[in-house]
Amino acid sequence: MLTINRVKVDLNVENNSFVRFQNVQKSYDGEVLVVKDLNLDIPKGEFLTMLGPSGSGKTTCLMMLAGFETATHGIISLNGNPINNIPPHKRGIGMVFQNYALFPHMTVSENLSFPLEVRGLTKTTREDKVRWALDMVQMSEFGNRRPAQLSGGQQQRIALARSLVFEPDLVLMDEPLGALDKQLREHMQYEIKHLHERLGVTVVYVTHDQSEALTMSDKVAVFNDGVIQQLASPPDLYERPENAFVAQFIGENNKIIAEVIEIKNSIISARTSKGNIIKGKKVNCGDIGSKTTLSIRPERINVGVKSENTSEAEILELIYIGDHIRCRMLVEGDKDFIVKVPNSSKIMNLKIGQKAKVSWSINDCRALDTLGE
Amino acid sequence: MLASQNNSNNEVLTNDGIPLKKKLSKSLFKSRLRAFGLVTPLLLLISLGFVFPILVFLTRGVYNDTFEKYMINLTPILAEWDGKTEPTEEMFEALVLDLVALKKSKNIGKVASRMNRELSGSRSLFTSSARKAKNLESPFKESLIQVKKKWGNLDTWRAMKVTSNSLTPVFLASALDMKYTADGTIVQKPEERRIHIKLFVRTLEISLIVVIAGLILGYPVAFLLASLPIRISNLLLILVLLPFWTSLLVRTTAWIAMLQGQGVLNDMFVVFGIATDEDRFTLIYNKAGTLISMTHILLPFMILPIYSVMKTIPPSYVRAAKSMGATSWTAFWRIYFPQTIPGIGAGAILVFILAISFYITPALIGGQDGTMISNFIDYHMRKSLNWSLAAAMGGVLLVIVLFLYWIYDRVVGIDNMKLG
Repeated sequence: MLTINRVKVDLNVENNSFVRFQNVQKSYDGEVLVVKDLNLDIPKGEFLTMLGPSGSGKTTCLMMLAGFETATHGIISLNGNPINNIPPHKRGIGMVFQNYALFPHMTVSENLSFPLEVRGLTKTTREDKVRWALDMVQMSEFGNRRPAQLSGGQQQRIALARSLVFEPDLVLMDEPLGALDKQLREHMQYEIKHLHERLGVTVVYVTHDQSEALTMSDKVAVFNDGVIQQLASPPDLYERPENAFVAQFIGENNKIIAEVIEIKNSIISARTSKGNIIKGKKVNCGDIGSKTTLSIRPERINVGVKSENTSEAEILELIYIGDHIRCRMLVEGDKDFIVKVPNSSKIMNLKIGQKAKVSWSINDCRALDTLGE
Repeated sequence: MLASQNNSNNEVLTNDGIPLKKKLSKSLFKSRLRAFGLVTPLLLLISLGFVFPILVFLTRGVYNDTFEKYMINLTPILAEWDGKTEPTEEMFEALVLDLVALKKSKNIGKVASRMNRELSGSRSLFTSSARKAKNLESPFKESLIQVKKKWGNLDTWRAMKVTSNSLTPVFLASALDMKYTADGTIVQKPEERRIHIKLFVRTLEISLIVVIAGLILGYPVAFLLASLPIRISNLLLILVLLPFWTSLLVRTTAWIAMLQGQGVLNDMFVVFGIATDEDRFTLIYNKAGTLISMTHILLPFMILPIYSVMKTIPPSYVRAAKSMGATSWTAFWRIYFPQTIPGIGAGAILVFILAISFYITPALIGGQDGTMISNFIDYHMRKSLNWSLAAAMGGVLLVIVLFLYWIYDRVVGIDNMKLG
C-alpha cells in the first residue's frame, strides 16, 4: 500500500509519462532475473521500440505490460494507475502478435468485430468501425474471407486493423513483421509508422531487427541481459552509443582495444597494442590504466588523408557494393577493420595488399567500456 | 514461355508437344508404384483376411441354401406351389424321396435344424419321419400323415416353402423383429417376441451416453494436458495411456471387483454413510455397470484426439482475445472451443464406433439389461449356431453405423475431423 502511494506522488511530479515501469523485476524460476530493475517512461503518443537480442527480456516486458505475465517486483502503471493487478481484458490495450493470431474459424470481419462485440457495441456501430478499420489498412474487399485465404502481408494488415479497431490508447506489437519477406517488411514498416502518425496512439514495439527499430521509432530502448542499455532516439543511438554493447549492436562498428593513458577535458588518449596513441571522446571508459574499446563507424574513416587520429593500414579485401566499397583492412592488429569508401574516381587506386594511411576525427572516436573483456 | 505453349484446348504442352499432364503422370508413375508396393502386403492382408471374409459372411444374412441343397426333389415343386391349395401326392412323393436320401447321407440333422428355426417343433418331425421314410409306400400322402399328423398341416408346408428359397429376407426380417410369411408379406412378430429392436436401441443409447460422459470427463483432462509444461504433461499422458498396457479383460475384471455388492466402491459408500450395509447399491450386472466401465475403458480414445488438436492451438489466440477485452470464459467459448471441435468430432466418432460394437465388458458386467447387440450376435454365433441370423444382425448394425457416419459427415463434416 505504501509503495503505491509513493508512486502516485511521483506521477504527479512527472506528468508526461503514459506508460511507466518502475523498478520492475521478473523471474520465471526464482533463480534467474530475466528483467533486472527496469525503469522506463513512455510519453503519450510515442513510438517506442524495445530492441535486443533474443533472451534479453524485451518480450517479457511487453507481456507484463499486456498482463500475460506478472511482474515479480515493481510497479507498472498506465495513465497514472498501477495495473499490476488488473487482468489483461480490462486493460484496454491493443496487441499485434508475432504469428498474427487471427482466429481461423472467423472471417476477417468477424475477427475485427470481436473486440467490439465483447464491449457490447450495437451491430451498426460495429459495422461502421469494422469498415473504418478495414479502409485504414486498405483491405475493404476482404471482409468475407477467412484468414487462411490471405497472404502473410494481408494477414498482417488485418491483425493491425484488429488491434486498432476498438481505438485503444496503447498498442503493443510483438515482432509483427518477423514472418514477412524483406521487401514486404520494409513496406509494412512505413505503413505502421504512418498509421501511428495519423492516429496518434502510443505504440510499444518489440523487435530484434535494428534497422526496423531505427526506421520506425521515436525512441529505442536497447535491451541486453534484462537491462536497458540505452534509451535514445535513433540518431542518438547510432551517433552516440553509450556503451560497447549498443555500439556493437546498432549498425556496423570498428573497435580498437587500447589502454587509457591520459584524460583531459573529456578527451582521452589511449595506447594501442602497437604503441600508437589514439585520441577519442570519453564516454564510459575507465580511469587511467584501464582498457577501453575505441569505437569508430566505418563511414567516418578517411583513406589516404591525415587528421586528428592517423593509423597505418593494409588493405586485405575489397567488396564492391555499388554506392560504396567495403574495404577490409588490417589496422592496429585488427583484421576486421571495415572502411566504407564512397564510390568516386579515386577508389580505382585501391588494391589488395596496398599500404595506406587511415584517419578519423576525435569526435567520431568514442571511448567505451570493454564489454567485460 | 519457352518450355510450354498453349494449343487450342488450353492444354499445356511440354517442349516436344506431349501434354504436360501426361508427362507429369509418367514421371510420377515410378514413385507411385513404389509407394503402392510398400502398402501392398497390408492391403492384401486386409482385403483377403478382413474385408473379403466379412462380405462373404454378410451374404449369409440373406442367403441360406441348406434346404435347396439337400431337398433336391421337393424344392422345384415347392417353388411352383401357391401355398394355399392342399399339397399334392406328387409333393409328398418328392418329400419322401428326399427324406430317404437324407437319412442315407446322414444330412437330415442339418435340414431338420434349419426347418426348426422357421417352425419350432419341425426338428423331431423331420428326424423321426426320415427314420421311417424307407418303409413307406404309395400313396405317400396318407402314409406320411399316418406317421406324423403334422404333415397334413398346411403351415408345415408353408414353412417348407419359405425355407426352400435360398435368397431370402427371412433373417433380415427376424433381425428386425419381423416375420416373412409364405405369401411374401412381412409382418411384425408378437409383442413378447420382439427383442432385437430393443437391443439395437439400447446399444445406441449406451454408446451415446458413453460418448457424452467421455466428453465431459475427457475434455478437461485434455485441456490440462495441453496447457501444462511438456515435462509434466508427458508424465500425465503416460497415466492416460497406462490402461492400454493391460488387457481389456483384466480391466473389465477389475471393474467387477470395484463395482460388486461387496466391492470397493460399495464398501466406501457404507463407510461414508451414503449407503447402509444391508442396502448396498447394485452397480454391476446392469446398465449402470456397463456404462461406468465402458466410459472408463474408452476414455483414452476421447482424450487423445482432443489433446492432439488442442496441442496445435497456439496460446496467442486466447491471449489475443483477452487483449481485445474478452473475459476468460468468452475467450474460451468463442475462440478456443470452436477450434477444438475437430478433435471432439474425431474422439466422439471413435468412441461411438468402438462402443457400439463393445462385447467383452457388457458380456461380463452387463447382466440382463446391460447387454448389447454384439452379445446377441455372439450368442447366435456360438450357442444357437444360427449364423444366418447373426450375419443379418451384423449387417443391420453395419448399416446403422454407416448411416450415423453419413449424418456425422453432413452435420460436422468428416474432413473437419482431426486426429492430430
